[in-house]
Amino acid sequence: MKAAALLRALFLVLALGLASAAGARTAAAPKKEAPPADPNETCLMCHTDASAKGAGGKSIAVDTAVFGQSVHGEMQLKCVDCHSDVSADKLPHPEKLQPAACSNCHEDAVKLYTTTAHGTALKEGKTAAATCHDCHGTHDIKRVKDPTSKTAFVNIEATCGACHGSDKIVEQAHLPGGNVQARYHDSIHNQLVEGKTVYNRAAPTCTSCHGTHNIQPKSEPDSRVARAHVPDTCGGCHQREKTVFQKGMHGQLQQAGSAAAPVCSDCHGAHSIHRASTPAWQNEVVGACGNCHDDFITSFRHTYHGKVTTMGFGKVATCASCHGAHDIRPASDPLSMVSPENRLATCRNCHPKAGPRFVTWDPHPRPKDKGHDLVLYWTNIFMEVLLAGVFLFFGLHTVLWAYRSLKNRFSGAGRGH
Amino acid sequence: MPSSVSMPIEQAGAAPRAVAGRQYRRFGLYERIQHAGMMFAFIGCALSGLPLLFPYTGWARAIAGLMGGFEGAALVHRACAVLMAAVFFAHILHFLWRGLAAGSLLTVLWGPNSLVPQWKDVLDIRDHMKYFLGKGPRPQFDRYTYWEKFDYMAVFWGMFIIGGSGLVLWFAEELSPWLPGWAFNVATLVHGHEALLAVGFIFTIHFFNGHVRPEKFPMDMVIFTGRVSEHELREERPLEYERLRREGRLAAIETTPPAAGAVAFGRVIGGTALVLGIITVFLILFGLFTG
Repeated sequence: MKAAALLRALFLVLALGLASAAGARTAAAPKKEAPPADPNETCLMCHTDASAKGAGGKSIAVDTAVFGQSVHGEMQLKCVDCHSDVSADKLPHPEKLQPAACSNCHEDAVKLYTTTAHGTALKEGKTAAATCHDCHGTHDIKRVKDPTSKTAFVNIEATCGACHGSDKIVEQAHLPGGNVQARYHDSIHNQLVEGKTVYNRAAPTCTSCHGTHNIQPKSEPDSRVARAHVPDTCGGCHQREKTVFQKGMHGQLQQAGSAAAPVCSDCHGAHSIHRASTPAWQNEVVGACGNCHDDFITSFRHTYHGKVTTMGFGKVATCASCHGAHDIRPASDPLSMVSPENRLATCRNCHPKAGPRFVTWDPHPRPKDKGHDLVLYWTNIFMEVLLAGVFLFFGLHTVLWAYRSLKNRFSGAGRGH
Repeated sequence: MPSSVSMPIEQAGAAPRAVAGRQYRRFGLYERIQHAGMMFAFIGCALSGLPLLFPYTGWARAIAGLMGGFEGAALVHRACAVLMAAVFFAHILHFLWRGLAAGSLLTVLWGPNSLVPQWKDVLDIRDHMKYFLGKGPRPQFDRYTYWEKFDYMAVFWGMFIIGGSGLVLWFAEELSPWLPGWAFNVATLVHGHEALLAVGFIFTIHFFNGHVRPEKFPMDMVIFTGRVSEHELREERPLEYERLRREGRLAAIETTPPAAGAVAFGRVIGGTALVLGIITVFLILFGLFTG
């Protein structure tokens, strides 16, 4: 019995050795007469059968054609190169095997993976966390440059979206950010990725911002999407905007380490980024400014600008029309769009006929604030008293009249004019 | 049930009213056209302007959207404002002409035929309220009652307030060399509040007083046909009736019953205005309580 096993192992080692030697030679000397033996022949004795099932009823079939077209198949890797816990002298191997050992070759990538978001989640027992094969595939792994690869530029959205675009998985596994694929899908970034414009080669997909093996939650200081790094991550493509941003008030605050300073994603959103020229986005960004400057939004809403934009119509002034976008500066800065030097020119962007006194108009009126504008404050009180007085008096008058008329009508006491 | 004799004539339906006794002319064609023009301009301004007072509601977006966005709504608003101003100036001219024709402006500025409030109106308010509470007889009214005068004076005041502030906002750039900056915020506030007052008042109080109260329900056709029956005139404005009778002027204003076509026209136009106005009131209430 023992001798038979030994013999078989010897045969196997010999066969594998010969086969690999033959394979290596094939490339160099294609005129070799004997066809190379498949190095995986032993494994495939069981695993080619399409109907083969393990004890759990799960198919154990391996499609050799698919594997042959994969990057590992092209390299003629042996099954045991990855399934390295299978030993030829212990066949059949145990039902449960270790995961494929990617780290045998891809040591750096795996090491990086284990210390970042997906890897640490897996270590913590969160089984939903993506591991190598979730993104790269199994026997069908292709090169990143191959358009059919799961990790090809155009397929990244779907690959990440398998989890981060599934409401079910997002909910069950509490994935951060919710269904981010749904938001990303309609973004300007994905429209570029999908080739809707000519710039698609430079367009960002998930990995462009989040990285690949080094994906980290934004709470990690070294994450590419951590607040401190967002301007650099976005600035990778948007260099001009980054430069301008860093000169403005928001950028200055951010560089000084202020936690309250906004970064790109605070105004633009992270996944649902829209083209800045669309009226819908220009209205939305008012809300984004309001996340910090709430009182200025409230006062802005008292103006025609604020009312029309609340209704969702574009073309009238929003925050950025007067304050600028990336290089917002305080009014005390002569370079600011709202500085005394530049204010009239800013108004004239939309109101070309505006005279010098036009700038004395307050675009953030506060009718209920006595200290702000006394005329407006008292006008508001006068109008409110007038409205209340008229409606109270005539409301009462109408109720009493209706009561009298109805009473007359139903008692037949005569006409109640 | 009381006998049908004591029932108000209106209750018996439209047909008997049209043929019941003599008909007198209360409003001339010119006044009826003024009211129709004012009505059209007012509702147009209300529907195109109210979205700005309640911009956070879905209906505001929908109404402005129907007019082609905020630019379309602004166009409708300004067109209706121009019409309203035209009605106003036509009215002033008519008023002056009437005064001059009568030999003195005093006849239209004072006395029983004037819309200017007088001491009797104060007494009428008091007596009418007493009557509502069952503590006195119904006061005797003349040609214009105090609530009609209030409607009229409110529009008159509104013309200056809302027209003035509207012009400031319309021609903000052109006026900016002369007006201080705060004037534009004051104009915005005043225009909006006055609009709410006018729209709220016309679509509730005026509609009730003039139309939907039980005696008039659903509508008083006098502003569309210009005619009142002898019965109505004697019941509602006994002082005017007596005065005209005494001065022997009743025969001069006696007229034919309203043509069926004019009544139908008034019902459709007036009815549409009533329905639009009442819907608007609900939209405003919705806006006030969701704001």
